[in-house]
Formats: sequence, structure tokens, C-alpha cells
Amino acid sequence: MNEALIMGRAIVLAGSAIGAGIGLIAGLGPGIGQGYAAGKGAEAVGRQPEARGDITQTMLLGQAMAETTGIYSLIIALILVLLNPLVGLVG
Amino acid sequence: MGELNITGPQILFRIGGYPITETLRNQWIIMGILIFAAWFSTRNLQKFPKGKQHFAELWVSIIQGLVKQAMGEKNAWFAPYVIALLPFIFLNNISGLIGLRPATADLNTTLGLALMTVFMLHYYNIKSNGIITYLKGYLSPFPFFLPINIVGELSKPVSLSFRLFGNMFGGSVILSLIYLALPFFLKLVLPLPFHIYFDIFAGAIQSFIFTMLTMVFVAIAIG
Repeated sequence: MNEALIMGRAIVLAGSAIGAGIGLIAGLGPGIGQGYAAGKGAEAVGRQPEARGDITQTMLLGQAMAETTGIYSLIIALILVLLNPLVGLVG
Repeated sequence: MGELNITGPQILFRIGGYPITETLRNQWIIMGILIFAAWFSTRNLQKFPKGKQHFAELWVSIIQGLVKQAMGEKNAWFAPYVIALLPFIFLNNISGLIGLRPATADLNTTLGLALMTVFMLHYYNIKSNGIITYLKGYLSPFPFFLPINIVGELSKPVSLSFRLFGNMFGGSVILSLIYLALPFFLKLVLPLPFHIYFDIFAGAIQSFIFTMLTMVFVAIAIG
């Protein structure tokens, strides 16, 4: 009985760790999106160099918005790895 | 090598069964600093400003320019909320440098601020446009958009609160990991650029983002 409980907890912990690692593949999205936004920002500065302050501010604003989904996946991965919420449900 | 200890805020004491955590204490410290700065810089207001009154007038005029630019000329009455909100979030974000656990690294704080924004935008929408237009707005542009519009409205407080919470909490966890990995003699110098990025840069950007999104949501709700 005790052995099955330990086995169950081990499986849940392993699943949490694997899930956290796979979840961080979501870091791909903000990387591509923010890089694209930075490229468009650089292009705009090249076209009109005197508007550089406004362009930089708008670009940073847009990039922080695009980063949101990456932050969501980071929070879920951190909670899974460090706080282990699912282990308590086993037994 | 030591162990990683990531916990929530510690409960310091209880007042009548209600727990007072580190988050509340740090928030009260920041609020005390801001209230003292506001009171101190507006003593003896004079028509021709000198000394500390310059600083207060500079701050107010910068934020009023920002509000007029983001929300339009007719919405300049919204400036006092922004004047209070922006330094509150910014000081809470960089309070990690002083050794306090940032109050915005707790989901309760950011959820409270996000719920204030959401309540304001629904209230000003109903107040400016009337309740019939507000309810019909959920059915636009097509009636079957109703679930999509409801989910969109529910996602506003979630994304606002989690963006700020995630940036601050994730930053503090990454800094803990960096401190864990370094030997003692490198702990004094090497984490410095990480502090500059995670505490100062991310803190400033996220406070600015939160404020700008609040202004834009309220401006859209009114107009």
C-alpha cells in the first residue's frame, strides 16, 4: 500500500517536471513576434530617423504586450516545478 | 550548494484573525513614502515656484501630457489616477533592490489593481454611453459574437494581473537561482546586470505598460 503511494507520487512528480519542460516551448512565440517587431521598428527608424524616440517607445510597448503569453507559460512551469500542487491530490 | 527556497510572502502577525503578510507591510511602506512625498512637495505652494515645487509641477505636467496623448484632450480629468498609479507600481517593482519582497510579486496586489481597472472601464462605459448601448456592445458586430466578447472581457483582468505578477515573480525566482549558482566571492558583483535588467528595466517597463493599458481601456470604453 505504501509502495503504491510512493510510486503514485513519483509518477506525479515526473509528470509535473516533464510538463513544465514541454510547456516552455511556448517561449518560441514571443521570440519570433518580438524579433519581428524589433525589425519593423528598425526599419521605421531607418525611414525617419528624427522620430526615433516615439518609435522606440511604441516598439517597447508592443513587445511587452507580445511577451504576455510567454510569461503565462513561465508561471505555470514555475508553479509545477517549485510548488508541486498536484502531489497532494494523490493520497 | 544550498537549496532553493521559493515561498509566498511570510505572515508577520494577525490582527483579529486577519493575517498581515510581508506584501501588505511592504505596500504600506511604499504608500507612506508616496504620501510623504506628495505632502512634502506641496507645502507652501506659491505662484512662482521654487525648490521642491518644481519637481511636483514637472511630474504633474509630464503625466498630464501623457494622458492627453494617450486618451485625447477631453479625457485629461483622468490624470490624477495615473499620477498615483504609475509611481506606486514602479516603486513596488524596484523595492526588491532595497531588500523588500516586491508587493507586485504577489498575485493579490496585481489582481486588485487589475480589478480596479476593469471596474473603472465598465463603470465609465455605462456612465458615458448608457446601459442599453453597453449591453448592445456585447452583441456587436454579430449576435453570435456574444461568447467571444464575454471571454474577451474576462481576459482583461487575467492578462493585466498575470503580466505584472509573472514578470516580477519570475524575475525574483531567476535571481534566486543565479545567487544559488554562484560561489560567495562572485555573489557581490556578477548578479549586477541581472538586477539591472530584472528589477529596474522590467519593473519600469511593466509599470508603464500597466498604466498605458489602463488609460487605453478607459479611453476606448468612453469613446
